[in-house]
Amino acid sequence: MMSSNKASAHLKRHSHVAQTRSDNLFDFVITLILVLAVLVVAYPLIYVVSASFSSTTAVMAGKVWILPVEFSLAAYEAVFQYDSILTGYINAIIYTLSGTGLNLVLTVLCAFCLSRRDFYGRRVVGAMVLFTMLFNAGLVPNYLLIKDLKMLDTRWAIILPSAMSAWNVLLMRTYFSNSIPEELYEAASIDGCSVWRQLTNIVIPLSGPIVSVIALYCAVGIWNSYFDAFLYLSSKELFPLQVVLRNILILNQMDVTVTADLRDMASRQGMSNLLKYAVIVVSSVPLLCMYPFVQKYFVKGVMIGSVKG
Amino acid sequence: MTRTQLHVPGRGWEVRRKKIVKSLPYYVLILLPLIYLLLFKYYPMLGAQIAFKDYKVRLGIWGSPWIGFEHFVDFFTSGKSWTIILNTLILSVYYLIASFPLAIVLAVCLNECRWAGFKKTVQMVTYMPYFISTVVLVSMILQFTDVSSGIVNQIIVALGGQSTNIMANQGAFRSLYVWTGVWQSTGYSAIVYLAALSGVPMDLYEAAKIDGASKLRRIWSIDLPYIAPTIITLLILNSGSILSVGFEKIYLMQNNFNTPVSEVISTYVYKLGIVNSSFSFSTAVGLFNSVVNLVMLVVVNQAAKRISDVSVL
Repeated sequence: MMSSNKASAHLKRHSHVAQTRSDNLFDFVITLILVLAVLVVAYPLIYVVSASFSSTTAVMAGKVWILPVEFSLAAYEAVFQYDSILTGYINAIIYTLSGTGLNLVLTVLCAFCLSRRDFYGRRVVGAMVLFTMLFNAGLVPNYLLIKDLKMLDTRWAIILPSAMSAWNVLLMRTYFSNSIPEELYEAASIDGCSVWRQLTNIVIPLSGPIVSVIALYCAVGIWNSYFDAFLYLSSKELFPLQVVLRNILILNQMDVTVTADLRDMASRQGMSNLLKYAVIVVSSVPLLCMYPFVQKYFVKGVMIGSVKG
Repeated sequence: MTRTQLHVPGRGWEVRRKKIVKSLPYYVLILLPLIYLLLFKYYPMLGAQIAFKDYKVRLGIWGSPWIGFEHFVDFFTSGKSWTIILNTLILSVYYLIASFPLAIVLAVCLNECRWAGFKKTVQMVTYMPYFISTVVLVSMILQFTDVSSGIVNQIIVALGGQSTNIMANQGAFRSLYVWTGVWQSTGYSAIVYLAALSGVPMDLYEAAKIDGASKLRRIWSIDLPYIAPTIITLLILNSGSILSVGFEKIYLMQNNFNTPVSEVISTYVYKLGIVNSSFSFSTAVGLFNSVVNLVMLVVVNQAAKRISDVSVL
């Protein structure tokens, strides 16, 4: 009360112009913060792209600041000759497609059942799903399970352990309960529609947005993860892209054939440095290309989640 | 349906049987997800019993002898335990303090921005880093801080400073970890608040305007109270992971120089369990971690419920 009295007195005393002036300053500050945010976020990304298109010497000498200097595609030529990157790409595609498919099937099935009030046992299963979000057995018990299942160093070890996430199930269940009216189910069951047909003919056609969101979350998650592969795989021909990247980028394990035809140590080092920038770009391109198209789904997913939250 | 009817035992079973028969199609549908949960989530929880056993590969999880709390006692008396717990706590609290306010500031600024095209661009750019993988993020850090060719050192040299190996600097590790995380996730975290802000009723703003409230005042007295439940909810969820700093990024950033500050519970569990094959001991440490997280979540949730009526459980 006090403050609003004071504010209206303030409004009476001063002209209308003074008020908008302070608001103008405010707008200016807001814009400044946003511009700053864009610059800080975008600069490292721009730098990586520019460096990857520059010549070795320009990068080493620190001549690259914003745009590419002495434009060159040498790094990309080297990347595409690199066999393990190609294998990694193919493996990552295999894991991402099969993992996302499996995730969608399990998540839809689980979320559908949990959203139905006439499913006797809904609370028990719901609690079981929720509890996996709160408590984790830990690294070693999970590792021993994979080992006991004889799945170590097989593709199954990457696909199966993360076949369903509790968070996605809850997200999808919330969507089903909020956006599919109970009357639809009632009408369907009066017409003699089975539970299975309710799922395939009512729920799935109506859940395009949420399925895209979950598919996107899963695909990004699997494409970007390295931990399971790092933990469970030892054969090089099964490595997904991220593990290959780790070997090249962080452990500095490079295939010598790529730089072997270079004359001296310095240019080899420069080339491997440049190659890293190109590898970063090449590995992130699939997601970043997809990004403008799927961005709105990403936002939608967070919003569905926050309705419940 | 009255209470007395339900209390007749035969009748209760009859009702239950009918419900179960009616739900049979659901049991078929839930079968696969249930098998997944039991095998990949609940079976490992049973496997966690090796924390209280002297696990021998030969004897298996069930056959190994019980030894009680020996591994836990070993961990807490090892001297290393407190450093690791402290490292973990510092990193997650530092990250929480750095990332929370910034995401809210970004969301509020985006909400105030009246220029739709610019707003969209800012949003698009700021959550682009969220799509970058941990491996790529860490390698970007390594590239940028490289002693000879990294841009950070080139800037330092251009400003007249001395080029240094930043990754080997213990003092820089925590800030590097936290602020690169902020760089990657602030745009994404802001979406939640932005979604909440879009629900503020317009008449609140209009009333405030009539009362002569400045824009800053409106943010302070309308926007922030309005998104407070969202903020508290996210704080509760984050408190549940206060002792579980993500393994992936830290492990990749680790080197021999920074381990005194970068060794956290998850990397320690990995090194002991998988690299050294001390399965039981490592499981004990991991179990301690999971239990603390669960307790934290429940306690903070209860506190939030009492103070502000917000609860996630």
